[in-house]
Amino acid sequence: MGGRDATMVLLDKNGIRCDGRKIDEPRKIMIRAGGLKNADGSAYIEFGDNKILVGVFGPRDVHPKHMSNTDTGILRVRYHMEPFSVDERKRPAPSRREIEISKVIKEALEPAVMLEKFPRTAVDVFIEVLQADGGTRCAALTAASVALADAGIPMRDMVAAIASGKVADTIILDVNNEEDQAGQADMPIGYMPSLKKITLLQLDGVLTPEEYKKCVDVGVKGCEIVYELQKKALHDKYFGNRDD
Amino acid sequence: MADRRKYVIPGDIVTSGPFRPEQNVILEGNNIIATAVGISEIYEDSVKVIPLTGKYLPKINDLVIGKVVSHTSLSWELDINSCYVGFLPAMDVFGRDFSTHADELSSKLKTGDLVAARIANFDRTRDPLITISDRDLGKIDDGVLVKISTSKVPRLIGKKGSMIQMIEIGTNAAITIGQNGWVVVSCETPEGLSKAKKAIEMVNEKAHIANLTDLIKDMLDVKDES
Repeated sequence: MGGRDATMVLLDKNGIRCDGRKIDEPRKIMIRAGGLKNADGSAYIEFGDNKILVGVFGPRDVHPKHMSNTDTGILRVRYHMEPFSVDERKRPAPSRREIEISKVIKEALEPAVMLEKFPRTAVDVFIEVLQADGGTRCAALTAASVALADAGIPMRDMVAAIASGKVADTIILDVNNEEDQAGQADMPIGYMPSLKKITLLQLDGVLTPEEYKKCVDVGVKGCEIVYELQKKALHDKYFGNRDD
Repeated sequence: MADRRKYVIPGDIVTSGPFRPEQNVILEGNNIIATAVGISEIYEDSVKVIPLTGKYLPKINDLVIGKVVSHTSLSWELDINSCYVGFLPAMDVFGRDFSTHADELSSKLKTGDLVAARIANFDRTRDPLITISDRDLGKIDDGVLVKISTSKVPRLIGKKGSMIQMIEIGTNAAITIGQNGWVVVSCETPEGLSKAKKAIEMVNEKAHIANLTDLIKDMLDVKDES
């Protein structure tokens, strides 16, 4: 794979990371709501070097019929990486990892989406990762939530997501690809900022209880930064050219 | 009536206090939270959000435009631009003495026909029940279907129908607006038809502009002179 640099300094003595960021600084994030004409709702996100496009359809008829639920609507999520999204061509068939991330994102969105208003229907979320650079699940979740709002699906709150982690014994915000590969821990967090509830929490690595608490706090603060950008994306699309 | 308007996105706290939550808001603790992208309106005792996006959800008594997609021996199924199909029983069209042997459903409505209908009944357990037995309802024989966003239907109608009346007078067209975002325009002259279509599409695109009525008026008048 991409030839990991063994001598790379993940964190120098001035507290600057391998890509020049401070320890609590996220990568550059750009979110745009809309953009796809044929989807009911869509969003595009650039999260550092991650580029992800999300399309949402629904609520609509469920096919196959036996999947439908008479009590509530169902949410279906497909997370897919393009063959050209990584260094070496990725085979386009869904891999074990993609199936898992689809499930994780679905379960992170479910607490926010009010599907009980649309019994016997389905909402489909299609996530296409055009370019991946670590932290795609968080970026995808962030964009999916904007796309759902764009589609007009009733939601209790937006879901913002970012990863925090541990590199060179320091808790950092927004783990990039290098830090993910060589770091000590990686913790993706999905968070509903207005309800103050966590919808996604994973942890890969070892942390002490104190580090764990700090990691969650840093992640939640990061989610609030992401949330402001989600808000801006929706405001730009819907209220951008209005007077007040 | 509305004393305070605000642009909101899902999760935004509209207000807090003893208000009745109406459409597109939920009560969470003491706060009233928006669940859609839209404009919030606070009334004396209630709060609601007017959505700017989203699909049509059938409401009882709504006038809708439907398109026949299929029929069984007892009923038609109509596409009403919603997540549910409209259900039009044959008895509604043929009357109470309808018999499956004597009456052929396709003699009245064929697949692809446009129908002006009213939502007779709808609850979450069944598909919406539709009726066409009322004045001004039934099969639409001529006209062009224009699709607009559901959230912009009130804008197209305007205050007490001002916008739609103006377009009708300006173009001599007859316009039927379905709450589901489908609009049928019919006109004797092709110029009037294309002008009315253009006006409706303009409302759909520029619904947020404050002096849209004047803009449309200008467009229609200017074209009249040239």
